[in-house]
Amino acid sequence: MSMIDVKVAAVEQVTPLVKHFTFVKADGSTLPPFSGGSHVVISMDIGGRVHRNPYSLMGSPLATDAYHISVRKQEHSRGGSVFMHEHVSVGMPMKITYPVNLFALAKKAHKHILIAGGIGITPFMSQIADLERLGADYELHYAFRSAEHGAFVAQLEKICGRRLHCYIDDQGKRLDLETLLASQPLGTHVYVCGPGSMVTAVLETARNLGWPERHIHNEQFLSPPVGEPFNIQLAKSNIEIEVPADMSMLEAIEAAGVEADYLCRGGVCGRCELDVLESDGAILHNDHFLTDTEKVSCKKIMPCVSRAKGKRLLIDL
Amino acid sequence: MVCTFKQETFREDYTYSNSNEAIKRFPFPFPEDKYMYSVNIEPHVKGKEGSVCEFAFDVDEHYVSECLDKKITLQQDPGRYQALPHMMDAQWDFLEMTMDALSQDYPQHFSLKKNGAVWTWENKPLGIKDTFTFGDSSTLEMEPFYYMGSQVQGDFVLLDQRDETLYADAGVVTSQADWSLAFNAGMSWREWHGPVPLATELGVMDRALKYLLNLQYSSPVRRLNWTMTINPRLDTSPENYPYWGGDRNTVNAENVGDLVHLRVELQTLFRLPRSNAIMFSIRCYLISLKDIATYPRWAKRLHRVQKTMHPDLIEYKGMTKFHPLVVDWLAKFDDGASLDVGTQPE
Repeated sequence: MSMIDVKVAAVEQVTPLVKHFTFVKADGSTLPPFSGGSHVVISMDIGGRVHRNPYSLMGSPLATDAYHISVRKQEHSRGGSVFMHEHVSVGMPMKITYPVNLFALAKKAHKHILIAGGIGITPFMSQIADLERLGADYELHYAFRSAEHGAFVAQLEKICGRRLHCYIDDQGKRLDLETLLASQPLGTHVYVCGPGSMVTAVLETARNLGWPERHIHNEQFLSPPVGEPFNIQLAKSNIEIEVPADMSMLEAIEAAGVEADYLCRGGVCGRCELDVLESDGAILHNDHFLTDTEKVSCKKIMPCVSRAKGKRLLIDL
Repeated sequence: MVCTFKQETFREDYTYSNSNEAIKRFPFPFPEDKYMYSVNIEPHVKGKEGSVCEFAFDVDEHYVSECLDKKITLQQDPGRYQALPHMMDAQWDFLEMTMDALSQDYPQHFSLKKNGAVWTWENKPLGIKDTFTFGDSSTLEMEPFYYMGSQVQGDFVLLDQRDETLYADAGVVTSQADWSLAFNAGMSWREWHGPVPLATELGVMDRALKYLLNLQYSSPVRRLNWTMTINPRLDTSPENYPYWGGDRNTVNAENVGDLVHLRVELQTLFRLPRSNAIMFSIRCYLISLKDIATYPRWAKRLHRVQKTMHPDLIEYKGMTKFHPLVVDWLAKFDDGASLDVGTQPE
C-alpha cells in the first residue's frame, strides 16, 4: 500500500479528552485533495509493534497544505489513542495512507441532515466545507456531554451559522430524533457518526419512519476488540501464527511478515476479507461488512476486527 | 516517445495505418491459447519504456488524427457527451488529472502553469492555449470534462459512487465498440453489464464491482478488453450502425487480412480525489490481421484463441458473420508449436 510521509506541524488540546493534530508533507509539497468524509490510516510504531488506526480528515478538502485530524483519548485503548496523545509531538515524522472515503455525501440528495455525537463530529468537519462550497441545504445536529467537551463549536458556528444545532447533555438539552427525522422533505439523506448507541438510535428511528435504506448513512470505525489469544494457519504461506489477546488477526499476520490487503482497518470497507478454508470453533465476527448469512456460514472473516475461538482456523492466504 | 503525428482518417477512405514501432508496442491481449472472461484487473503501474502503459495516458502517433475524428463525431452527434449536474466536481478532477499527467509525461507537447487557481494550459499538437480559473466553469468556453475529454485519446466515463454501486453519470464517448452513452447514461453497474454473456454467471461482475468500490486514489488499475472491427473505424456506435454494420458483409477470403482489425481497449480506472468519483478510460487500439501476422508468435496465438472461442462470445462481440474467415486466414501461420504464456510479440 502506498503511503505518504508527513510530519506533525501542530498539536493542540481541544477539550480535556480531544487533541487536534496538523500534518504537513515531509518534503514540503502539497498533500492530495480529498472529498468530504474521507479518512486516512495512521501508522504508529508502538514499542516496535505497528499500530494502524483510521482517523477522519477535518477541514476543507480544498486546503491541501495540511491535513487535520482529531483524536479522543479512549479509556479502553489498545495503545493507539494513548500513543497519539502522549507520544506524538511537533516535528515527528509519521506515515499515513492516501485518503479513502467510506462516508461520502450523496451528491443527488435534496437536503442533508448530519448528526454527530462527541468525537463523531470529525468527518462532518470536511463534509460541511463541501456542502458550503456547493451551496447545499443541510443541518448539523451536534450532541456532546458538557460545554467543555464540545469540540470545535466556535469554529462550527462561524461556518454553519443557523444550520448548527447543539445538544449539551448536562444542560438537559436532548436531540429528539423522532421529531427531527419525521419532519424532513422527500429526498433528504441522514448521516450519523458517534457512539454506537447513537448510531443505532438514528438507524432505527429512520427505518421505523420509513426512510429508504439508501438515504441513511453511518460511519462507525471499530477498534479491534481485545479477546482471547487464538491460533491461525495460513494455507498458502504454510505457517501457523498465534494471535495474542491485544492484537488483531490482521496485525498478527502483518507481524509475521505476510502481506495482507487492508483499507479501513475498522470492519467497514471489506478490503481485508479472507476466505476460511477450515475451522473447528466459532468465528467472532465483529465487522459491519459481512451479511448475516455470510457470518453464519463461517466461510469468510474480516481479520481487522474479527477473532476466533478454537484450535484450527485455516485461512486462504 | 512520439515526435511526429500522422495525418490519417478513421472513416470513409480509412487511411489509418500503424508504423513498425506502433505494431511492436501494440497491446496484444492474449497471454494464453484460450480466452474466457475473468476479473483481469491489475494495478495501472508504470510499464516498460515505450510501452502503452509507460504513462497514465498514452499519447501515440495517432494522437492528432484521433482527436480530429473525435471532434467530427461530437459535432455530428452532440449526444456523445453527457454530464449530469452533480458531476461538476468530477469534471474538474478529470481536467486536473489529465493536464497534470500530460504536462509531466510529455513536456515537449503539453504545458500547464498554475498561478494559484489561475491556470494556463498549452496543447502544442492541437494548437490550443487557454488561461482559466480552476473550479470556475464560466472561464472555459466549454465544460471542463468536454474540454479535456476532447484532448486525450480514448473515451471517458465518470462514475458516481453511491448506494454501494457505480453510476455512469458523465461521459465523452466517440470510439465505442457498439454501446451507447445516451442509452447507458445514469445506469448502474449491474444495469449496464446486463447484456454481457457468461460473465454474470461466473460472478465476475460482482467481484469486479466490490473491488472497484474500494479503488483508492493514487492506485489506479487497468485491464484489457477486445473485439474485432471491420476497417480501422473508431466510431462503431449503435447510433451510426447504418454506416458500419454492413461492412461485415464485405469481408472475403482475399481481403480478410486487410479489413479485419483486432480492436483492443486499454481500460483504466482512477479514483478522483475531490468528487470521490471514478474515472473510467477506454482507449482503443486498432491493428489489421496482416500487421499482427508480422509477428508469427501473435498470429499463432490469435489463431488458437479464435478457434476455441465460445460461440456466445463470438455472437456478443458481433463477429459471427466473418469469424470463420478469420480462423481460416490465421490457420496458415499456426504450425502447432507450443507457446509460452505471455503477450510479447517475439
